[in-house]
Amino acid sequence: MLFKRIVVCLDVRDGKTTKGIKFKGNVDIGDPVEMAEKYYHAGADELVLYDITASSENRGIMMDIVEKVAEKISLPFTVGGGIGSIEDIKKVLRVGADKVSINSQAVKNPSLIEEGASLFGRQCIVLGMDALADSAMPSGYRVVINGGRTPTELDALEWAKQAEKLGAGEIVLNSIDTDGIKQGYEINLTSLVSSNVGIPVVASGGGGKPEHLSEVFLKGKADAALVASMVHYGEYSIKEIKDYLYKCKIPVRLDW
Amino acid sequence: MVTGVVDYKAGNLKSIENALKNLNADFIISDDPEKLENCDKLIFPGVGEASSAMRSLSKYGLDQFLKEYVKKGNPLLGICLGAQIILSWSEEGEIACLNIIDGKVQLFDKNMGLKIPQIGWNAVRYAKSHYLFKDIPDNSSFYFVHSYYPNVKKEFTIGECEYGITFTSAISRDNVCAVQFHPEKSGRHGLKLMNNFLKGE
Repeated sequence: MLFKRIVVCLDVRDGKTTKGIKFKGNVDIGDPVEMAEKYYHAGADELVLYDITASSENRGIMMDIVEKVAEKISLPFTVGGGIGSIEDIKKVLRVGADKVSINSQAVKNPSLIEEGASLFGRQCIVLGMDALADSAMPSGYRVVINGGRTPTELDALEWAKQAEKLGAGEIVLNSIDTDGIKQGYEINLTSLVSSNVGIPVVASGGGGKPEHLSEVFLKGKADAALVASMVHYGEYSIKEIKDYLYKCKIPVRLDW
Repeated sequence: MVTGVVDYKAGNLKSIENALKNLNADFIISDDPEKLENCDKLIFPGVGEASSAMRSLSKYGLDQFLKEYVKKGNPLLGICLGAQIILSWSEEGEIACLNIIDGKVQLFDKNMGLKIPQIGWNAVRYAKSHYLFKDIPDNSSFYFVHSYYPNVKKEFTIGECEYGITFTSAISRDNVCAVQFHPEKSGRHGLKLMNNFLKGE
């Protein structure tokens, strides 16, 4: 049986892992390579390294980090943030990442998903999507880009379906409304998207305690859930989360 | 003892390379049949689409080489697409494959409400004992990313998984073995499996 995945997200800025609330007020919390290794041994099923470096001159630092992480861990990981061209995808995959997550740039240039999938296989092209509740949209959710700052005219559900058609192999669905406040995932949004696409959906934004994960797996129909602050500060270990999910009869990998 | 990794430009070999380095293996990565010929065993990886992979193999003269290499009794480990291409036929692109082991590659049934590709960790149940699994408990989890799966006879199935259906996730016939999952991405169990292959029977 396929297990529900717990994906640990590391936001990386200027070579350091950082954590912010609703994309603002970031503080450094550690070295991303050391943290990746720690989570690998602690039972994470996958990792995401998200580059939130503002300046392009520091992109090189991120490549070094990706390369080191790939050397240290025998675990799949995705790299996101600032992926805007086929050349960017190639660079990240070449140093050892398994997948790339494309967010704002996919909205600006949807052919990037199509071309990326045909060149590298759809399994390594992940659509990253930030969505905001908006009753003016048909699905009730609007796609926002540039770290949540810029609203688009795209409906979240329509964009998810389109991305699947274009060749995305997976969707990381982040709710701006719930991100960083640890009050639970956006269940309605997750369930809506996950039950209307044929590719796996990773729920993101709002995970604060193990109950939130069981909720997003059972009610939200998520295939995987992203966690960040709830594990970064030692509040919960991956094992504690998985033990809880196992008790709820949710299939999780316990033999890392 | 040198292990060769067959490079036919189907996907990235960085993770295989990293895993082999972590296992202190003596290995080369090459697209040249003459260099691979001298290796004691081969890892045949691959990610991507079957028909373009077949074209690429033929371009490097690797298709004929691989058939002859295994005929001589040399060990080969197919991984992911490599586990599919060694079979007779693939639905992906409707093409004839290497036919090293009788079987065909099929798409998971979309009508079963499954997410395709299957992405993530799945438990592998042993159908037979095999040296690849030495010191790895039955039902251990391994990492999968695939839309197509190998459909082979029971006699060639050494491991199985559930994903809507029961499908073969590990294959063996004589000196040839193959896994649909990615051992190079499957934590300590995956590394152990690769090490078992390196050490041999």
